[in-house]
Formats: sequence, structure tokens, C-alpha cells
Amino acid sequence: MVWRKHDYDKIPGTYVFDGKHAHSAYNLNKLLFSFNSEENRREFARDKAAYADKYGLTPEQKKALLEDDFLGLLRMGANIYYLAKLCVPRGFTVQHAGAAFQGITPDEFKAKLAQKGEGLIEKLERVGGYWNG
Amino acid sequence: MARIVGGVTTSHIPAIGNAMTEGLENTPYWKRFFDGYEPVKRWLEDVKPDIALVVYNDHGLNFFLNNIPTFAIGCADRYDNADEGWGLKTLASFEGDAQFSWHIAESLVEQHFDIATCQEMLVDHGFVIPMALMWRHLPKWPVKVIPFAVNTVQHPIPTARRCYQLGKALRKAIDSYPDDLKVVIFGTGGMSHQLQGERAGMINVEYDLQTMESVISDPEWLARQSTSEIIENAGTEGVEIIMWLVMRGALDDQVKVVHKHYHTPISNTGAGVLVLQNAA
Repeated sequence: MVWRKHDYDKIPGTYVFDGKHAHSAYNLNKLLFSFNSEENRREFARDKAAYADKYGLTPEQKKALLEDDFLGLLRMGANIYYLAKLCVPRGFTVQHAGAAFQGITPDEFKAKLAQKGEGLIEKLERVGGYWNG
Repeated sequence: MARIVGGVTTSHIPAIGNAMTEGLENTPYWKRFFDGYEPVKRWLEDVKPDIALVVYNDHGLNFFLNNIPTFAIGCADRYDNADEGWGLKTLASFEGDAQFSWHIAESLVEQHFDIATCQEMLVDHGFVIPMALMWRHLPKWPVKVIPFAVNTVQHPIPTARRCYQLGKALRKAIDSYPDDLKVVIFGTGGMSHQLQGERAGMINVEYDLQTMESVISDPEWLARQSTSEIIENAGTEGVEIIMWLVMRGALDDQVKVVHKHYHTPISNTGAGVLVLQNAA
């Protein structure tokens, strides 16, 4: 009874969605998947605690769900694409979630992303052959 | 006989779909990204494909974790887009070519790629955003489609090498279909991005540009990398880049670059576009 180790386990701040994560959070991901249906999203909005119980969440999972603790949910095995089904309809983008994971504001998160584009044209010219309008 | 007219790579992140829906293509943030697709659209008008085989991953619309096929092919006459949980307007349905799909499935299994077949398949943003990027300016989709899903969500996912080999098998499958059809293959997803964890927001421009060159002239460079290596360099979601190798495997060893475009950031992502044709 042991979970296999992987090279990717060592990457900091990264939770690869493998059997270990998926197994422990099957009910949680099933709940998140249910949000593909608008009717289910409405039912969740009416009574979140009851909805968590209906899917058999553990007390820890339920607490994180009710508190919008995205990092906690992720660490407990929520898949990021399934988590998006919780975030997006309520106005949180993946950038809001990314900011929450890092404990910074969405604007700070976006500013960090914008930096990645700095000096891009020069980099492309160095490689050569890129379209540039 | 069916033949491949070329391969196209593109990112498929939802933010692109939102930008198209909201008509933001010409805003400063998006203009350079979208303008880089105009040569792709012109090329598609020139080569006039009959079929688009779209290699993509489902993000929890058609497949739930109770059943995750490593590789799956749509074998239907029609495919619908549906609500992924975000309540967005869905796109028009896509016409399939069931006979061609089943031929590919049979040929792949004969070549020892045991692919799952789907007679109903909802297609999510991974599929519809590439279609919209290429053809949203037309009143209807000008091609029939074959959705080709690769699991990049639930690990273990297929290795980069397996995807490359699958592309080579796909080439044989397409070449052996008796109908006189022109096929374009889309390798979608990537490039570097990580949506999850404290490492969210990583973008690795150097690695993306190396990947672009590799896909053109040295697919082995990417094919020999482990899943862990790709995650480390491209991010947990950037691992989708392995799907570009399915497209690349289906082309000749030597290819001609029709178009090469890269932009970042779009949302959390590095976005790469290639149009490749067989050199001969």
C-alpha cells in the first residue's frame, strides 16, 4: 500500500493530478464536474453545505469548498480544470485562482505575467523566421 | 486516396474563446496574437481541406474521471459543443465523417494503437477554440471534423514519444483511406502554462521557442523528454504540447514552414502557431 514516487513530485508549488490526488478526491471532483449542469450550479448556490454532503465530501474538503480555499482544494486533490467549474461561473478567472494560490492580488499576478512578454520581439528575431505583422 | 495537406498548431485556452466572443481581437492586448492567425486562414483558403482532424484534450466535459481513455476518436456524424460549467454560449455543431473515423480506428488498432471509439462525443474548448480561430469568419464550418482526444489531464498521460509514434500511425491510416479527401491536422494545446499551485503563472519563453524549432526540424528533441521534464519546463498544463507531436508524426520527416508565430502572454500562456507542409 504505497503511492509510487515521481520525478515531478520535486517540482515546487506543483500538484500533478495523478492517481494519488485523483483517488483521494474522487467525490470532490465529481461534485465539481457536476457544475457542467446549470441546474446543479443553482442547487449548489442555494445550499452549499447540503450540496457538499450530497457528494460525500470529507469535513476538510467541505470546509475548503465553503471557504473558497482554492489552494486547500488543490492540495486535497481537486483537478484544476474541475476547479475552474467552481471559479469561473462566479466571476473568478484562472488568474484570480492563480493569484490566490500565490497569496497575491489578481493585478499583481497579471503584472507578473505581463513581464514574461518583455523583450519578446528581440528573442523571436534572434531565433529568426517569425511572423511579426 | 486521402492525403494530408499540412499540419497546424495552436493554443486552445478558454481566454481566446472569451476574447473572440467579446470581439476583443483588435484591442492592444490581443491584436498581435490574433493577427498572427491571418496567414493561417489564408493558407487554409488556398489548400481547401475537406477534413480537419483535431488533436486536443478534453478538460472534463465529455470524459469524467470514471472513464479516461488515453487516446479516443470520435466516430459520429455530428459533434456538439456544450456547457463546461461556465454558462457560455455554445458554438454550432460540427459535421463528422463516421466512415473515415472508423477507418482510422481500425487502422490504428491494426498498428497496435488501441484507441477508444466514441459514437457520441461532446467537444469542449480544446476542440472548438481552434476551429473558431480558423473559421469563425465563415457562415458555416467549411470542413468535416474528426475529434481526436489525448488524455493530458489524468496522469499517467501518454509519453511524448508515444504521441509522436501515434502520429506516424495516423499518417498510414489517412494515406490508406480510399476516398479522395484533403486532410489538415491540428495539434492543439500548450504552450508553456501552469494554472495550478504556487507555481501558477510560469511561462517559459526559451523552452517554448526551442519547442517550436524542435517540432519543425528535430521532433526527437521533444519526443525523448519525460513527462516530468516537460512539466518542469512547460508547466502542468503546458504538458499539452505532446499533442503537437501527434500532428508532427503524421507529416514527412522533412517539412516546409509556411508560417511561424509566437506571442505571450495570452492570459497565463505562451501561444505558438505553426503551419507545416510536407517538403516534397
